[in-house]
Amino acid sequence: MSAPADAPVAATAPTRPVRDRADKLRQLKLVVTFGLVTALVLWMALSIDDPNVLYLNAPLPDKDHQPEAFNGLRLVWIALVICAAALVAAVANVIPRNAWSAVIFGAVGLAFYMAFTIWYYADQTGVVESWIVNPLPSTLKYCPPLVLGALAGVICERAGVINIAIEAQLLMGAFFGWVIAAMAYSNGAGLVAAALAGVVVALVLGLFSLRYHVDQVVVGVVLIALALGLTTFLKGQIPTPEENKDLSTLLSDSPDPLAPIEIPGLSSIPVIGRALFNQSILVYIALLAPFVVWFLLYQTRWGLRVRAVGEHPKAADTVGIRVNRVRWQAITLGGALAGLGGAFFTVGSSTTFNDNASNGQGFMALAAVIMGRWHPVGATMAALFFALTAAMKDDFGLVTKVPSQLIAVAPYLATLIAVAGFVGRVRPPAADGEPYVKD
Amino acid sequence: MQLQIQGLTRRFGDFVANDAIDLTIEPGEIHCLLGENGAGKSTLMNMLYGLLEPSDGQILLDGEPVTFTSPKDAINAGIGMVHQHFMLVPVFTVAENVMLGREGGPVLNRGAAARKVRELSERYGLHVDPKARVEDIPVGVQQRVEILKALANDAKILILDEPTAVLTPQEIDELMEIMRQLKARGTSIIFITHKLREVKAVGDRISVIRRGKLVGTAEPTASEAELAEMMVGRAVKLTVDKDAPHVGAPVLEVRNLTIIDPRGHEVVKNVSLEARAGEVLGIAGVQGNGQTELIKSLLGLVRPSAGEVMLDGDEITRLGPRRTLEAGIGYIPEDRSHDGYVAEFSVRENLVLDLYRSDEFSSGPALKLAAIEANADHRIEEFDIRTTSRETPVGSLSGGNQQKVVVAREFSRPLKVLIASQPTRGVDVGSIEFIHKRIIAERDKGTAVIIISTELDEIFALSDRIAVMYDGRVVDTVSPDIQREEIGLLMAGGTKDAGTNQGGAA
Repeated sequence: MSAPADAPVAATAPTRPVRDRADKLRQLKLVVTFGLVTALVLWMALSIDDPNVLYLNAPLPDKDHQPEAFNGLRLVWIALVICAAALVAAVANVIPRNAWSAVIFGAVGLAFYMAFTIWYYADQTGVVESWIVNPLPSTLKYCPPLVLGALAGVICERAGVINIAIEAQLLMGAFFGWVIAAMAYSNGAGLVAAALAGVVVALVLGLFSLRYHVDQVVVGVVLIALALGLTTFLKGQIPTPEENKDLSTLLSDSPDPLAPIEIPGLSSIPVIGRALFNQSILVYIALLAPFVVWFLLYQTRWGLRVRAVGEHPKAADTVGIRVNRVRWQAITLGGALAGLGGAFFTVGSSTTFNDNASNGQGFMALAAVIMGRWHPVGATMAALFFALTAAMKDDFGLVTKVPSQLIAVAPYLATLIAVAGFVGRVRPPAADGEPYVKD
Repeated sequence: MQLQIQGLTRRFGDFVANDAIDLTIEPGEIHCLLGENGAGKSTLMNMLYGLLEPSDGQILLDGEPVTFTSPKDAINAGIGMVHQHFMLVPVFTVAENVMLGREGGPVLNRGAAARKVRELSERYGLHVDPKARVEDIPVGVQQRVEILKALANDAKILILDEPTAVLTPQEIDELMEIMRQLKARGTSIIFITHKLREVKAVGDRISVIRRGKLVGTAEPTASEAELAEMMVGRAVKLTVDKDAPHVGAPVLEVRNLTIIDPRGHEVVKNVSLEARAGEVLGIAGVQGNGQTELIKSLLGLVRPSAGEVMLDGDEITRLGPRRTLEAGIGYIPEDRSHDGYVAEFSVRENLVLDLYRSDEFSSGPALKLAAIEANADHRIEEFDIRTTSRETPVGSLSGGNQQKVVVAREFSRPLKVLIASQPTRGVDVGSIEFIHKRIIAERDKGTAVIIISTELDEIFALSDRIAVMYDGRVVDTVSPDIQREEIGLLMAGGTKDAGTNQGGAA
């Protein structure tokens, strides 16, 4: 206060609430996004001529299951109400900052997805009319590399090691999983080999970043380039039957990809039964892993230490924790998870290895880590969202209302919007990416 | 438990940080280790705690030689340490911080950990909530957590490294009470500080370290002047000579300034201040009560969310640092190595860091190297900067001389306002005297001076008027003849009249 030294000061002067610029910006972003979504949904609702769309409650039609028509327009209007409500809430600035905001985002996202799907399948002009299918089974089928990759990222970064190299771990896991599965003629051996391949990448990352303190982002990028080059090169070295008949036959004769394991009873639950309880072992692992990782990080001694070395390594050191040893353990476990996720591309879904099989999914997993705020459950939700957009690309292929390339771009666009706009004030682990050097 | 140190030496390259130190800590005594910043106190303690390995000499516990290769060894031997910069994980709860490293099983038992914290805090009168997150509790309470951590490991010898730097005067009194209680229960305490008052208040014996050598031992009955002389190596003046100020018109006015930090917390709340020509305005307060953000916003380094800053009647709130400096504000930053100089640049270059654009030192795109060299020679002499040459990188100078480079540069321009944040932190006593003298000289030239310091002694020595900050607010503006206890209450959030109100120490 500018009062003279001895004048009394009104310590309780009335203060008007001051809004931070970041806060105003957040509201602006919400209003613009929800406004755009609402406008789009309104346009879709108005442009639908025939309200009836077909839905099939099974993977393929058979004598018990035939596509049925239902009034989709009503659902689009409901979606519009949800989006408009969110828009009003954003304008009134009453969107909470806690976990409820995620629920609101989820509701708007779901509403938009519903409206878009119905609009997409309505008023078809093709000879054969396509039908809507339940997106959950294919979403979960696609999720292992994304979920396991994201969890690998969470574990590493919680320990303070930036793991850009998830993509490399997926790719190496895919390649060596395939080679070993073929040589041993065993999918189990393939899965183990995939996990080990991921660990090898993690060990190289650890060697450079933990022992030699090289910039972790640079090491990660180099590892991705290395994995891409190495797997492509090794694939090219596989002899043709004329050159080496035995080896060629051995590698071309892979076991069938992992088959779905149906859990009797549970798999007939409507809507989610087939998605959750009729999947391959790899999907079951990916669905259980988030809970295991959560338990490890938050309920065990090891997890407490992992988080301590990621937040304040010196504090951990002063209570006798070997910082780098814990970090080595964390990145090794992360490598195994990501490598296993990579097995999806070969052992999990195919009998061969295509060059660049992971095709950027490691980067999506990295985005999921950030979108999920370095939390195993959050990262898993984000990864499932990306898996959903990947499933859309497949399911929507039969109708051509929107160019398929645009649909293919959708997941990346959604990622960009989500990471840039709505992750909000995120706080990565305080010592993320910083090597621990004793002075 | 008796701790003996024999001939302990630590070298970093050619530099001897600790030179053959002999010391004995008797069971149940409070042994003060007094020395200036950089005298080697922390190096010695880091060796005792297993964070550094000695180059020579040995440590004996109850007569048995021991070697510590990691803090774990020291902890197991019964040594606990409260570090100057707290070793707490901010996002963990109190209980999690206490249990870290001694979790007692592969699966966490948070209930048992909370019970242990409660039991210890009751036994020693250190009140903390085991479920509170460390980043949400005041610094004084964080320090209690640090002490609890050591006690949970059954520490027989507790090292407190500059524990009072971040505390209010009341919290310091509480800490001393805790130290006496621990002593009564047989714990030995090594109390490291450079504050003479505290040493005399609580110490049983005082050992003084200067430039890595143990220069002597004193009793707490020794006078402050004697202790200061031992610490510095020559007679020191503990006060600043100054005349009454010739106060002029307000130069810098801050009106209703509010700042929200990136985490969304309101760190400065509706602050209004004015700095007047020819007067030193001291801003007192415990670290972390909004002073840093306030000062950064005056410089244009942080954009406030509301309010304005006026210089001579013109608004400068949105000018940005460069034009704010050019408008006549001089700035001595709180962390000089971060904002004050470029460590790899030479003394010569650092002396023109914010002046090189002027016609004096450049023409068009080219620098006038001869003028810059002449300027460097002139400033080095005027400010008594102890450097081997003007080409020496500033990073290799001592703390006091680094600060003199910053001060010399800021005083090279005509100033309307001088803002000095922690101007003597980590600076030797000789340089402190010099810097204080220059600041008062600047005041007497008619410049408005703002001093921000967490050291009450410095605030009292320099200020003509003291604004006290607590929790982002200026709680009161007082004259420097106020009692220490009163200002201490203000720093803890109380008011001058309601002397019993002790906030912030939950």
